[in-house]
Amino acid sequence: MKLVLPAVAATTTLLSPVLAEARQVTFETTLKNYGGNGAYVVLYVTDASGAYKGTLWMAGGKAKYYRHLSDWQRASGGRATEIDGITGASVGSGKTLKITLDLADAMIDAGYKVHVDTAVEDGMDNPSEVVAPLAASASGKPVAGKGYVKSFTVTF
Amino acid sequence: MLRRLHGLPGIVLALALTVTALTGAVLSVQPALDRLVAPAISAEVSVADLAALVAARHPGVSAIRLRADGSLTAAFDDGDTRGVERIDPATGAGLGPYAVSETTRFLTNLHRSFLAGDAGRVAAAIGALAMLGLSVSGLALLARRLGGAGALLRPIRGTPAQRWHGELGRLAAVGLLLSSLTGLWMSAGTFGLIPEAQGTSPAVIASGGAPAPVGTLAGLKAVTLQDLRALSFPDPADPTDVFTLVTADGERVIDAATGATLALTPATALERVNDLISMLHTGRGAWVLGLLLGLASAAVPVLGVTGLILWLRRRTARPRITPNVPARMADTVILVGSEGNSSWGFAGTLHAALTAAGHKVHTAAMNDVTATHLAAPRLLILAATYGEGAAPQSAKHFLPRLARLQGRPAVAVLGFGDRSFPHFCRFAREVADALDARGCPQLLPMKRVDRRSAQEFAQWGHDLGDVLGHDLVLTHVAEPPKTAPLVLAGRELYGEAVGAPVAILRFQAPSDPRTGAPGRLPAFEAGDLVGIVPPGQEKPGDGMPRFYSLASSTHDGVLEICVRLREGGLCSTFLHALAPGATIHAFIRENPTFRPAKGRAPLILIGAGAGIGPLAGFVRANAAGRPVHLYWGGRSAASDFLYEHELAQHLAERRLTTLRTAFSRDPNGSAYVQDRIAADAPRLRELMKQGAQILVCGGRDMAEAVTRALEPVVRPLGLDLPTLKSSGRYVEDVY
Repeated sequence: MKLVLPAVAATTTLLSPVLAEARQVTFETTLKNYGGNGAYVVLYVTDASGAYKGTLWMAGGKAKYYRHLSDWQRASGGRATEIDGITGASVGSGKTLKITLDLADAMIDAGYKVHVDTAVEDGMDNPSEVVAPLAASASGKPVAGKGYVKSFTVTF
Repeated sequence: MLRRLHGLPGIVLALALTVTALTGAVLSVQPALDRLVAPAISAEVSVADLAALVAARHPGVSAIRLRADGSLTAAFDDGDTRGVERIDPATGAGLGPYAVSETTRFLTNLHRSFLAGDAGRVAAAIGALAMLGLSVSGLALLARRLGGAGALLRPIRGTPAQRWHGELGRLAAVGLLLSSLTGLWMSAGTFGLIPEAQGTSPAVIASGGAPAPVGTLAGLKAVTLQDLRALSFPDPADPTDVFTLVTADGERVIDAATGATLALTPATALERVNDLISMLHTGRGAWVLGLLLGLASAAVPVLGVTGLILWLRRRTARPRITPNVPARMADTVILVGSEGNSSWGFAGTLHAALTAAGHKVHTAAMNDVTATHLAAPRLLILAATYGEGAAPQSAKHFLPRLARLQGRPAVAVLGFGDRSFPHFCRFAREVADALDARGCPQLLPMKRVDRRSAQEFAQWGHDLGDVLGHDLVLTHVAEPPKTAPLVLAGRELYGEAVGAPVAILRFQAPSDPRTGAPGRLPAFEAGDLVGIVPPGQEKPGDGMPRFYSLASSTHDGVLEICVRLREGGLCSTFLHALAPGATIHAFIRENPTFRPAKGRAPLILIGAGAGIGPLAGFVRANAAGRPVHLYWGGRSAASDFLYEHELAQHLAERRLTTLRTAFSRDPNGSAYVQDRIAADAPRLRELMKQGAQILVCGGRDMAEAVTRALEPVVRPLGLDLPTLKSSGRYVEDVY
């Protein structure tokens, strides 16, 4: 999956659409074997002050369930325009969601953080179960989530 | 057209619909089970009370929910432990982790998506749409068959498959309509076709003060636990965060420090509709309805199988007509108006016989009538009647079309119908009148065939042959019957002395030649018919089977018939000459309309001569001691009193309540069965008041005399025989 970042690009001047100043970043989210229906997983970015900057990816297509991703919902306002064109299928138990994006160099090591909210039908809602810095030093180091995320790795 | 819309799509979709319906039926039991195990929630407890109890055990509680299945759950993250737990609503104690069972999850996914994601959800939605269409078209077909929407609850007659399909279908239709409509609505919601109520949370400003104990918050105290849907707790790290409390009537935002209700967003009408529809579909919160819907769904596989049987039968019943001469070259055109395909079978026989006699014959459906058909010298019309005298499927457009066309061929109209319906062959009559009115010369007066009688059809063929100046033998066998061998086990002969020999013949299934084990009789009941093809005519299409009413049921272990010897009668001569141990080949034809109605209402059995057979069978089967009154007429008590000893036994055992006999050659005064009826009028009237059913079996002359004698009996009650016939309280088996 190779994408520019339309939502982020639309909301911040820190991102350059010129790919020469961008870097390819891979986000790999592996879920635990929680044994339920597919999980809704959303990846989004906040800045150093905690303010929402944009959504990277929404896994799960039915808007009526988005309110269970409560931190994302609150931060982004849950608007359809936030995830226009960056929506995919929900992620099954034990499966891995891998997305690769071109992120502007200026976003790295600048205090930005990636949040992961997850939710499963008849299960838990896990707002911000992972909060990982967009830092070169954290590249390739898996972190565990509090809820359904077994490991989350950002690789530059 | 309606039938085509109902039949083939039903067959094609039956398997998928069965999966959806059966999983739905299994899931429908869940709300009732949940209700049994879910602890009762007291009206005294407020949301604040319970939240305080839960928060005391789980400092990291993030949400409390009262789920649709009735269980109260709390989601928590206490640092070391986290999860979703079931909560006792009275004490707030944990009842173990909340998890939907793997089986339920599997069944739910199979039910809503065939385990195939969004594509499966689309398929399930199409299935729901199909179920809706099948329910509506099925009800419309049934209403048409029974004679209008007001007649939808009348008894359904016909073969077992027809009765099961109709009875179950009309019972299940209401549930299936509800399930499919609500299912479609939910599918539409899933795919975003129904606008989501946009939860535009009002901008509120929390006091930001130190959080008060949750049990003291006024906004939470004001709502009882019974009304709770969900309560989400504020993020402890964010002092400006608030409680969100969802109930059926809306969403409240509650300040964590002051307990004040900062905002109330009432539930929109759409949200309420969604809630209602979800309850109607799943039965959660309406467990009785859920079970009823489950029962309706469980009928779907049965409807599928019986529907397939009916469809196959209809398909195979329509014969290939060859050679079908082009209409413009034909000297004889046969037009067929048929609802099922049975009239086509008769048309095929007629077509073949006329072709064999050297005619150039063209056969077509009545709906397809053209000027070319009317230009032929001869037009033969075979028309069934449907429901309350309506035109059958393949003849609906005939009369309007006929009015626009030219041509006056010589015509003969043959109507097919059921004498027990009030409008026997009415459509055929209309067609005959219309042809008469346009000045078509009549080859033969219109004739009516009762219940596909091959004999009456053959008689009409004979008359037609006379008009055409050659022999015309119409031997119609509706379906080449599969015969089973039967061995004559015993015979009793009556009436020889009075010139009316009647034999009671008892047959058994042949025993296994190797093991000697007794054979098994086919399934039949007293009043059904056994078809016997006289020997030397067994080849298909060669001989016409003779039908005899059965005096016994499979249960009795013998197949018993009464056969009157007829002069020159091939079959009766053959049967009378049979020696014990001899084998015949026979098949059963069901006669479901000629049966005692269920219940304990009295039965009035009327017969003469060999017609006593099935009546004696009904008496024999009356182990329950229901009131049964038998009227029977013979010639001489000394010679042809059939079943004399057995009936005396039945009287003693109360299987038979009263017996009235009449003998036409009694030296002490000749009498007929209708005389006994006339003399017993007050008693019979009393029985009819009690809801009695009349069953008549015997020759046509006797049946007509009985009808004349019964009319004055029932008239003072405000009843008449046509009404009794159409409601099944007067049934006859007449030959």
